[in-house]
Amino acid sequence: MNRRHFIQQTGFTAASTLAAIGTHGWIARSLAQGSASTQSLEPKRLIVIFLRGAVDGLNVVIPYRETAYYQNRPRIAIPQPGKEGGALDLDGQFGLHPALATLIPLWQQKSLAFVHASGSLEPTRSHFEAQDNMETGAPGAHAQDGWMNRLLTTMTGQNPVQAVNVGSTTPRILSGRASVATLAVGRGAARAIALDKPQVATAFDNLYSSNDVLSKAYKEGRFARKALLSDLDAETKMANNGAPLPNGFAGDARRLAQVMVKDARVKLGFMAIGGWDTHVNQGASQGQLARNLEQLGKGLEALQATLGSAYQDTAILVMSEFGRTAHENGDGGTDHGHGNIMGVMGGSINGGKVYGDWRGLSSDQLHENRDLAITTDFRDVIATVLERHLMLSDAKLNQVLPNYRPLQKNLPLYT
Amino acid sequence: MHPKPHIYILALIIGLGFAHSSQAVPISDPKVLHVINRLSFGPQPGDIERTTALGVERYIQQQLNPNTIPDSSPLNRQLTQIETFNLSSLQLLGQINPKLERGQKPTPEQRKAYQSQMRHVLEQSIQARLLQSTRSPRQLQEVMVDFWYNHFNVFSSKGIARVLVGTYEQEAIRPHTLGRFRDLIGSTAQHPAMLFYLDNWQNTAPNSSPNRPNPRGKMQGLNENYARELMELHTLGVDGGYTQQDVTTLAKILTGWTFRRSPQPKVGDYGFYFDAKRHDYSDKVFLGHSIKGSGITEGEQALDILAKSPATARHISTQLAQYFVADQPPKPLVDRLSQKYLSTEGNIREVLNTLFHSPEFWDSRNYNAKFKTPYQYALSAVRATGAEVTNFRPVFGFLQQAGMPLYGCLTPDGYKNTESAWLNPDALTRRISFATALASGRVPLNAPLERSPLTRRARLALADKGNQSLDSQATPVSMAELDATQLSLTLGNGFSDKTKQAIATSPPQLRAALILGSPEFMRR
Repeated sequence: MNRRHFIQQTGFTAASTLAAIGTHGWIARSLAQGSASTQSLEPKRLIVIFLRGAVDGLNVVIPYRETAYYQNRPRIAIPQPGKEGGALDLDGQFGLHPALATLIPLWQQKSLAFVHASGSLEPTRSHFEAQDNMETGAPGAHAQDGWMNRLLTTMTGQNPVQAVNVGSTTPRILSGRASVATLAVGRGAARAIALDKPQVATAFDNLYSSNDVLSKAYKEGRFARKALLSDLDAETKMANNGAPLPNGFAGDARRLAQVMVKDARVKLGFMAIGGWDTHVNQGASQGQLARNLEQLGKGLEALQATLGSAYQDTAILVMSEFGRTAHENGDGGTDHGHGNIMGVMGGSINGGKVYGDWRGLSSDQLHENRDLAITTDFRDVIATVLERHLMLSDAKLNQVLPNYRPLQKNLPLYT
Repeated sequence: MHPKPHIYILALIIGLGFAHSSQAVPISDPKVLHVINRLSFGPQPGDIERTTALGVERYIQQQLNPNTIPDSSPLNRQLTQIETFNLSSLQLLGQINPKLERGQKPTPEQRKAYQSQMRHVLEQSIQARLLQSTRSPRQLQEVMVDFWYNHFNVFSSKGIARVLVGTYEQEAIRPHTLGRFRDLIGSTAQHPAMLFYLDNWQNTAPNSSPNRPNPRGKMQGLNENYARELMELHTLGVDGGYTQQDVTTLAKILTGWTFRRSPQPKVGDYGFYFDAKRHDYSDKVFLGHSIKGSGITEGEQALDILAKSPATARHISTQLAQYFVADQPPKPLVDRLSQKYLSTEGNIREVLNTLFHSPEFWDSRNYNAKFKTPYQYALSAVRATGAEVTNFRPVFGFLQQAGMPLYGCLTPDGYKNTESAWLNPDALTRRISFATALASGRVPLNAPLERSPLTRRARLALADKGNQSLDSQATPVSMAELDATQLSLTLGNGFSDKTKQAIATSPPQLRAALILGSPEFMRR
């Protein structure tokens, strides 16, 4: 689909979308139509994966030509490609952590890219403030709603499963006016609950039939549960036949992808993984960070495999609140830093490249003498994906990322 | 055209009071319900009558002075049966370890046994907390344990923290819930659980012990993790006016603050140890104050500075006002609480006393306006049943499903208590399903602990941070169905007409479920 076509379509449906906001008419309509007939003409999807706790990007995409890298990190550096436990060469300058070996085929197929030295220019080293900055898409503004939720409000075909959050609480990035469905983590995602029984459901439907905030949440919950349960039905049956389902991040990733494949109404997905705050014993080619990266790699692989042909129409964005110190600390770990890597995956990306303006790790280039400096605003990456993958207009982009001015203008993630 | 059924039903409700009962259930004083909702985990059968008779003011004063409330002997009996509950941190650290010779690696069996011991202690800690918080008559103290534990959060699934979260709560949090804030930061700063969780136990002055062999590269330098969170989360707040330089300086001040696993000279009762060899003895400037390099007293001075800071007063006051009054705390109230904090040197009881007598607290717009956290929801539901709980595993399972496993918050900021954090479509369907199972007697809260059918799954759930969950539905019937009339009496019958109507028109066996799953019961 080209951009002009998309805008025409958006214009066509804008009136009805506006009229539906604030009522529940659209829930009933979506239900009546069912998933098959609401196949939007716009197949593009976006999945965001947030690595909470600040992943050490310098040990994920390793600048293995830099002497300073090895000087700063005598115990935790990843050796150069070819050495034991060495990085997997990406482009002759950077190498990938060996625990992410599962991603190398995607890199070779040019459907995986990294943006180095990226992040939020706000100087905070607080996890929570920095995550908020990245999730609101408005650093320093203390916004209440998240950019993925604002993105939802700009999209057509609104329905309660248009965005699916994997987890049990709504993260800031998806908070806001538009409703968001929840897919529980773990194998229990599809397990029956009392409210699935018709008699119980009827009684509670009656109790929550008003238009207040709880009734609204209740109705959306019932709708989303029905939709997602039927999407997961096939997998549940497989489980009943004795096939074990994967647990952990890869299992959750697979379930999310399955829902997206089965249900054309689902356009946005969000997942978060914690455990990246490696102040102590972070390890090098093996160890704590390596184990986490392995899980991440398996999850990304599962997403790609389960999405199947839909992978071509999906962009997957991996981000984390900030990077970690260029130097290792006294405990074989790293402390809170600044610039980091971002990852972008997806069928139509111009991948196989490490993007960004890399200025190195020599001490005169470091932010506050200790951290990788930022040369690409994280919103440069998001905006590129929104404009070039989801074909967002300038006006809508401005709604999603208010007051955003590009820092890195040259980011040809899409050709 | 059909006649309008809701008019008929409304007439029925007005005529009969609460429709399924032959006599009307009285509606309690909203002030009484409000004070119980906020100072406790919700009414148990008889609480509203007792508090009405006692008077709101005396109830507040009793709760603020828990020692004036006789503790519950059945509860104490139950607690003494929890074998690890009465052990100290040092005892647990001494007992629970792989008992290896130096340099020896544990066999898979040893590792397994060690893991299982740790899980056992954690399970008992969870059982002890839930038992105390549902049953103790000193409810405000339990509410403050929830508040302070989240404020000074320690995540249980990080290594040895599994065996320490329970003693951390007993030793560092509970003695000071209504005391002085300075004591709270002092006790948490020196507790092995916090020292371990935020890595300060390894925080070492660079080059302080050059001859020490460090094959794994441990303990050779500063670790600023705890120092940062101590200012950002525990005291000043993120906008509290400190710099990266202050973070680094505070980390230096706290070098050598560590713990030991066995009683030794100079090791504190709970395991705290100041390792002078690893301390940075340089003179320092912290938040504009000069601190002479002197050892452990530097840390005490820094904690004094933090406790006395107006930024800390504001941060703590804001959080208390948010927890007890409204998600968006009224600024005038926060100002008054901050002043009280500063004028009483951080006396928490005094600050709360001011809060409980503020017009903002008693503004009827704030009644039943706080959306319960999953923890508050589960505890209030269990309390409303009046059940003698012996088995909390189903409650723990619910908390996991709801995203709030006890002692299971990974990050040091602890769980939030706002509507925006917890209200989402899935949350309501989960709560309603829990309410339905509880009301129909399918949650075996009174199962004997050791023979509980949930044991194995609960263990699995505990082993697998949050990816497993307990399914209360799969458990056999073991409790009586709840009586809807009794339940509405317990809860003061403060339901809207809409809710009353929905209950009245539903099948009798679902009415108790509708009460516990009602919009009114989602809030406090």
